[in-house]
Amino acid sequence: MLRFVLQRVALTGLMLFGLVCITFAVSNVAPSDPAALAAGPDATRDMVETIRREYGLDRPLPEQFVRYVTGLLQGDLGRSIVTTRPVVQDLARYFPATLELVLLSMTFGVLIGVPAGMLSAVLKNRAPDHATRFIAVSLVALPAFWFGILLQLLFSVHLEWLPTSGRLDVATPPPPPVTGMLLLDSALAGQWGTLGGALSHAVLPALVLSFPCLASILRVNRAEMIEVLSSDYIVAARAHGVSRLRIICVHALRNAMLPTLAIIGLRWGWMLGSTVLVETVFDWPGIGLYAVSSAIAGDFKPVMGVTLLIGLNFMIANLVVDLLYGVLDPRLRTAQ
Amino acid sequence: MTPLLDIRGYRLAFDGFEGRAEVLDGIDLAVQPGETVGIVGETGCGKSVLARSIARLVEMPPGRVLGGSIAFEGQDVFAMDGRALARLRGHGVAMIFQDPMTYLNPVFSIGSQMVDVIRAHDRAEGRSMRARPAARTRAAELLAAVRLPEPDRLLDRYPHELSGGMRQRVLIAMALSGEPRMLVADEPTTALDVTIQAQVLRLIAELVATRGLTLLLISHDLGVIGALCRRVVVMYAGTVVEDADAGLLFDRPRHPYTRGLLAAVPDLARPDHRVAGIPGHIPNLLAPPGGCRFHPRCPLAIPRCAAEKPGLRDVDGRRVACHRAEEAA
Amino acid sequence: MSVALARPSFSERHAATLRQLRFYVWSFGRSPSSMLGLAIVSVFLLLAAFGPWIVPYPLDGAGAMNLGNRLKPPSAAHWFGTDEMGNDLFSRVVLATRTSLWVGLTIVGVATLVGVPLGIAAGYFGGVVRTVIMRVTDVFLSVPGIVLALAIVAALGPGILNGIVALSIVWWPGYVRLVEAKALALRNEPFVEAARSVGAGHARILALHILPNCTSPIIVKASMDMGLAILAAASLGFIGLGAKPPAPEWGAMISVARTYMPNWWWYAVFPGFAIYLTVLGFNLFGDGLRDILDPKSSRG
Repeated sequence: MLRFVLQRVALTGLMLFGLVCITFAVSNVAPSDPAALAAGPDATRDMVETIRREYGLDRPLPEQFVRYVTGLLQGDLGRSIVTTRPVVQDLARYFPATLELVLLSMTFGVLIGVPAGMLSAVLKNRAPDHATRFIAVSLVALPAFWFGILLQLLFSVHLEWLPTSGRLDVATPPPPPVTGMLLLDSALAGQWGTLGGALSHAVLPALVLSFPCLASILRVNRAEMIEVLSSDYIVAARAHGVSRLRIICVHALRNAMLPTLAIIGLRWGWMLGSTVLVETVFDWPGIGLYAVSSAIAGDFKPVMGVTLLIGLNFMIANLVVDLLYGVLDPRLRTAQ
Repeated sequence: MTPLLDIRGYRLAFDGFEGRAEVLDGIDLAVQPGETVGIVGETGCGKSVLARSIARLVEMPPGRVLGGSIAFEGQDVFAMDGRALARLRGHGVAMIFQDPMTYLNPVFSIGSQMVDVIRAHDRAEGRSMRARPAARTRAAELLAAVRLPEPDRLLDRYPHELSGGMRQRVLIAMALSGEPRMLVADEPTTALDVTIQAQVLRLIAELVATRGLTLLLISHDLGVIGALCRRVVVMYAGTVVEDADAGLLFDRPRHPYTRGLLAAVPDLARPDHRVAGIPGHIPNLLAPPGGCRFHPRCPLAIPRCAAEKPGLRDVDGRRVACHRAEEAA
Repeated sequence: MSVALARPSFSERHAATLRQLRFYVWSFGRSPSSMLGLAIVSVFLLLAAFGPWIVPYPLDGAGAMNLGNRLKPPSAAHWFGTDEMGNDLFSRVVLATRTSLWVGLTIVGVATLVGVPLGIAAGYFGGVVRTVIMRVTDVFLSVPGIVLALAIVAALGPGILNGIVALSIVWWPGYVRLVEAKALALRNEPFVEAARSVGAGHARILALHILPNCTSPIIVKASMDMGLAILAAASLGFIGLGAKPPAPEWGAMISVARTYMPNWWWYAVFPGFAIYLTVLGFNLFGDGLRDILDPKSSRG
């Protein structure tokens, strides 16, 4: 078991190095001149050259790469031109907001996706099943940025139930920062009014963000459920008089848990990526919005920082899922 | 005496892309309490579907009952509500299946699966559900009854940790948990090693004798049937072709198909004896031959066989479905 | 005297193939959602092909100026209303199908051309080749496509061409994964071993045995990816890093329309609906294809 864990950790490290190579390569194919960008539009040629030397941009590429990697190892992702802060600081500041959004989305995805998938499987090929499958495909096809706008139009402008954008109203006192996630912090501080305010801001973006994941969870649960329900051991359980409800809720649900877990692991990084669109629509101050505004300004150090952070998240999520799989599947447990 | 199981004119079809396949074409079969009946036939003759129909385990659709009835203890199986059905399954009819690996859920321990079944029986019979520890004790008793060593430890193990023979014993123990009146065993030993086969067969025979179970054993292996059953039903392409006492059937088969089947059994005592097969193939059930479904392969076929479907008739102390049964002995 | 040898007719010679085809059509036609997908995809292709000849205001595609007509709600003359330049939105939405079609085709085309050979090589040859290819693929798959594309576009500069380049770069690894698994399974199939044992070379085995058996999942994935690639390109357009207005592109149109919300709602609603329908159509179509071509994998 320990060997397996170490192997996986080593592999994750190797992949992370591969990702660093990609971000370095991408930074260096840029036709734009990073030194000129950093110096600002009014800089003279001399100032640009000074900056070029200062950043080591005049050195040969291998040397720059070594510099880049050693910088990363010390937690140096460069400096953002837009915010003028180190990228690491910015990420630490914006990541909790994104994390909050993604966690809430995952919750939506599981709470809606699992029961809907099971229902669809039980009613296979009947009207509710067709409807659910159609909705699932629709959820993948809906452009998140567009549907977000429609939801804003309906719930914020027309019905005036929910706020349009941001994380909290200006008038609401924010909770004392512990995790940086407003929902969690306000609950910890017992500020229920703030919690309600934060939740009303987070519902729409989290819902939009959850759609593709929800659809995946739904489809996997449906497929797994259909397979389980037609398996020999379910026939045996039925033959022994176990009730249909119990078969569905205990046997089939337990079997469907593993693939659901796999989807969550796979989608974790993916959802962090989709925040690029959702945070833009809902003006949610997380790493997605940070990446987009930096990219538009042509400032790509922050974009690379976000890329690395999301990649790291994806790899860790996969690692965790693999390990959990080992714990949850009795067949693998003894195999190790 | 009312039969325990009474199947009359039962016709079942499956609908698919290529049309409707009539897999059971008018089955008549009555089983009295305490009888041991073997159903024999080639793969695809419908014997497993028939077995599953008794506990209403065939999925509909794609399955579709075209006619006839199945009654257990005088009650129509297809008219049962959920409660009666739950009582029927396990308490009335208990089933054991071919491949014991796939019939146990891989992600639950033996104990939790057995406890589940035991508690389900409690509920179906209107008793108050016993608590988990009590159900577990009962599960251990049942495992001991099927001669499994260290039942308590076994309860915490998972199906993949057991051998095939042990898994089949676990399934038999589960089948016994509802104190069933009838045991339906669908190829219970086909997936097992030969040495284990004999042990499992002996166990079944013993349980049938000591618990007074009615046995319906389904197999393609005449040896297995002969070892356990006093009455043999031969099926061909969804029909019962012959139904007789085991001794009578093995000695003097009346139906040409039965004779072919018996001739195809290799005789170990006479290694020089050539095993005879039956020429031709089992028919395509999407478009079964008219009249007697066996007539294209039958050495005794006459024009009438293609035109008219033979019904089961009493001939020479048995039931047989053949126009030429009198001449075939 | 000439003997007329009964030459088997076409339907007799290809009975098995025809039967297979009939089965495909039968099962595809049985699924209403597959048929809906087929219908949407057909309409999309027709509009892309004949758009400029059907739309009422073909010049509005390139962005004409008609300020007297700006931001008019949907009407008989302008079914989808008009935009801030007074252009007919219906014409622009229809003309944008062409952009989307070639964006989708290019991205998916490049991805298959790069991904399939790499996947086959990895799966068939195994060993070091496989390790190297699959590790690199895994690295690319560890970052969501949209983020990596964003990074690449940030480096290359905005524009639809750069968007397509970026999305093509991030799209191929999925095909490597898909084909590698399939080729790996096929490598040990008896018919491949049989071919090898009678002395068939690698090229022959790959071309005759491995590739044809990989085509079903590739076709299914490609048809699904057509929709997803169009969606991704529109997303870049929305962020402001893809197509630039006034070029007719759905994402970019919504990006501009966002500043005119909520009063001029139609501006954002119709282009977005077009994206949704297109992606939906390709997904349903791909789903239907999978059910008939690759039924075992219809999960996830």
